[in-house]
Amino acid sequence: MFDGRASGRPTSDTDMTTATLDPELRPALFDYLLRLGDDALVLGHRLSEWCGHGPYLEEDIALTNLALDCVGQANGLLGLAAEVEGAGRDADDLAFRRDALDFRNALIVELPKGDFGFTVARQLLFSAYAHLLYEALRESAFEPLAGIAAKAFKEARYHLRHSSEWLIRLGDGTDESRQRAQTALDDLWMYTGELFEKDDTLRTLVDAGLAPDPRALEAPWRERVEAVVSQATLTLPEDDFMLTGGRSGRHTEHLGHLLAEMQFLPRAYPDAVW
Amino acid sequence: MSEQKSTGGMVPWEVFVQPRTGAPHEHVGNVHASDAEMALQNARDVYGRRGKVVSLWVTPASAIHATTPDDSGPFFDPADDKPYRHPSFYKVPHGGKNV
Amino acid sequence: MNEVAQVEEFEARIRQGEKIEPKDWMPERYRKQLVRMMSQHAHSEVVGMLPEGNWITRAPSLRRKMALLAKVQDEAGHGLYIYSATETLGVDRDDLVQALLEGKAKYSSIFNYPTLTWADIGVIGWFVDGAAIVNQTMLAKASYGPYARAMIRICKEENFHKKQGYEICVTMARGTPEQREMLQDAINRWWWPTLMMFGPPDKDSTNSAELLRWKVKQKSNDELRRHFVNITVPQVQALGMTLPDPDLKYDEEAGAWRFGAIDWDEFWRVVRGRGPCNRERLRARRAAHEAGAWVRAAAEAYAAKQRAKQETNGVRAA
Repeated sequence: MFDGRASGRPTSDTDMTTATLDPELRPALFDYLLRLGDDALVLGHRLSEWCGHGPYLEEDIALTNLALDCVGQANGLLGLAAEVEGAGRDADDLAFRRDALDFRNALIVELPKGDFGFTVARQLLFSAYAHLLYEALRESAFEPLAGIAAKAFKEARYHLRHSSEWLIRLGDGTDESRQRAQTALDDLWMYTGELFEKDDTLRTLVDAGLAPDPRALEAPWRERVEAVVSQATLTLPEDDFMLTGGRSGRHTEHLGHLLAEMQFLPRAYPDAVW
Repeated sequence: MSEQKSTGGMVPWEVFVQPRTGAPHEHVGNVHASDAEMALQNARDVYGRRGKVVSLWVTPASAIHATTPDDSGPFFDPADDKPYRHPSFYKVPHGGKNV
Repeated sequence: MNEVAQVEEFEARIRQGEKIEPKDWMPERYRKQLVRMMSQHAHSEVVGMLPEGNWITRAPSLRRKMALLAKVQDEAGHGLYIYSATETLGVDRDDLVQALLEGKAKYSSIFNYPTLTWADIGVIGWFVDGAAIVNQTMLAKASYGPYARAMIRICKEENFHKKQGYEICVTMARGTPEQREMLQDAINRWWWPTLMMFGPPDKDSTNSAELLRWKVKQKSNDELRRHFVNITVPQVQALGMTLPDPDLKYDEEAGAWRFGAIDWDEFWRVVRGRGPCNRERLRARRAAHEAGAWVRAAAEAYAAKQRAKQETNGVRAA
């Protein structure tokens, strides 16, 4: 499905680093790294909103672990994006000094955290995608990205296990939890299509062996999600209208509020170091 | 949380952590959870969040049976006066290496 | 053995520095004091997540965000370790939490003060965690084994808390005039409440003598407070900041800092529920607990269904 680097083959001369990167690939790669980094950053932000407010103490700690994984990924990915851009910015500049139109995250991660059912359902839908994506990205011909992916893959796999087990319990728990879980799935479904879109950025990178074809991830993603949803005795929503736009900067109303909060200090005191 | 207790659902599980391969599992504390998988996940997040864990055990706290201080005389004192179980009980001449 | 003899034997063990374990005989009063003190300690960790949690979504860099998340998460973890240790005394965590939510249990008053600027996050790590470390280092030698063990683990993990706080303060002290102003303001607001964290003065502390005799504590409130002031004042000076105490001066002879009178009226007022954030803090804990009720119920219902299935299968297999 993806042969950027033959599986299991150790790093070779053909593997790219930031220094040896074909200049023509830079804009697309920068854009792609922003997508990955912004997904992680914005999802991490939403997860971090649970800290201190979880449904019980153990789960509070668990949700914060998920948030920490995401913010850590964002730090690595945005740092790499800044390096690829080569304009003297760093990860914090990208996180804290871009406006909504320049964010490239998928819409699904910016939706407000909702109740625990919504958070669990989003974690399932997103981590089922992320674990396939990072599994494939471990073989990216862009070596620094493959390195980040190796770690992110393990994290995403745990996120998938955590959210799968929870969705099963919510779906097959009480009437109330079942209804909340189903509502969450239904509300989220129209945001899933965006994850598998292939545009010019991706065409360029797929051809160069830097990124997997997102379309190839959709079938295994669906299979995994279906299996969990069915074990949770819930119903997979019907494919209908899919809302997209995040990858080109067309976001929901929620992102602006999120950024206003997240970026407040660096924006209010542009010359300060914190 | 009395409604929880009536179903007997969220119960304490004792957690044992193996810090590295070859080391024994050590008791570190408990987590509350509704079932074994949740207990494992909770233990992972609570007691494994700084790394240094290669394996976890969880067991319902109610499954642990322990001696009481009253037992300690009859249980453990009889083992106190059996020096022949310890190597220092035996004498070997000085030249006998690796015995 | 009669009770008098049991108490004598118990106190002799304590004098010899032995640890008391859950199944050992202990005076009911010792058990009660431990439950009170340990559950208050656990509640403090959990409520303590709220003031700092207030700044997680506004942390000014990715590095600061990760450090703060990890720190606030540690507080949840430490609350959990201490609840777990308290449960060895035959109480149920759910009952302890219920008492907190109903406003019947106490927690450290420091968490009833608001976090107004980012500097508060630095100063809390530096002052509040600094004070907690002084206290917990002592408690790591407590006579009750499970409490001491939880404290040892907590002390190890909290190593970074104070440092991350001080690092924030150092950065701000070297920063812009606005940052220095924020830092000074936070120091001014947190200093006195931090000194109050060590509890009422020895002469008014009803529990102290007993806790010292039973070696739950090894130092009195005033001793701990003086120790904290002595280590902290030079750190404040090193940043070029000041403390809001006109009476603070160094006693050359004693080699110690003398500080002004603490407003104990304020302390008791906040303890009794009249602090800036008491109501908000409890409301936030209650809201989380209530919003989580359906989640806990779902997990339990699922587990019950699985058990029922297993039993049915067991019957069939037989």
